[in-house]
Amino acid sequence: MIEQDWLWGLAGGLLIGTAAALYLLVNGRIMGASGIIGGLVDGSGRATAAERIALLAGLIGLPFLGAMAMGPVDTNITENPAVIIAAGLLVGVGTRLANGCTSGHGVCGISRFSLRGIVATVFYLLAGGLVMVTFRHLLGVI
Amino acid sequence: MIRNLFAFLSGALFGLGLLISGMVNTAKVQGWLDVFGDWDPTLAFVLGGAILPMAIAWRVAERRKTAVLGGALPAAPDPRLGHNLVVGSVLFGMGWGLAGLCPGPAMASLSFGGWGGLLFLLSMLVGMVGAPMIRTRIDRLATA
Repeated sequence: MIEQDWLWGLAGGLLIGTAAALYLLVNGRIMGASGIIGGLVDGSGRATAAERIALLAGLIGLPFLGAMAMGPVDTNITENPAVIIAAGLLVGVGTRLANGCTSGHGVCGISRFSLRGIVATVFYLLAGGLVMVTFRHLLGVI
Repeated sequence: MIRNLFAFLSGALFGLGLLISGMVNTAKVQGWLDVFGDWDPTLAFVLGGAILPMAIAWRVAERRKTAVLGGALPAAPDPRLGHNLVVGSVLFGMGWGLAGLCPGPAMASLSFGGWGGLLFLLSMLVGMVGAPMIRTRIDRLATA
């Protein structure tokens, strides 16, 4: 199972890409998680609220059913509440400022050679890597 | 109604992909970012695998005038980069590294992420509410 992680990754990735392709070609929209949620939070997506909620229902619902069928899922979420709150705030503010996250800029942006998507992905990967060096290897907090 | 059905279907496939790829496991995400530790390449396969069908979809979209259910297809990508793209991506990357969660997997793991997953989601929503205010401040700094 461990050795096949990359295969599960590839299979899961293909499913994620197929989901994004379906949403693009059928509904005419970009499947970006932060944009879909953000539009509901700040009201900018009020006109398409039903569609957004339907997508989120699938996004939450299927893993729920999957976990029921397959048994416990490892999330390994940290138990340090300060780290969780800081991380959540940074992700919330950052994705709205940048207008996208891993799904919008990463999957949907890179696949159309969008310069914004590529630049965003380079910067969030670099920042994430630097956080690992600083907070895991130097400070040992995460 | 049919739009919502397909949106639900897209979300379900998205969630299934995140679940089986292991991207709801924060250890795998942090393992990918931790190039100087016990590096885990899985995320590269996930991203690569997701880009593949999407690259084909964009080629198909280029030849169409409207989406299958009607309505416009997304406009061409904005060529302007801007400071908010860079500042926002750096902040997002920092949070992503700290907890190993980004918005998609945070949503997908809502039913089994426990109090930690819920606290992350709530904090993220607060951040999203506060983002326009922070954007105004950054814009003011950038033009000063």
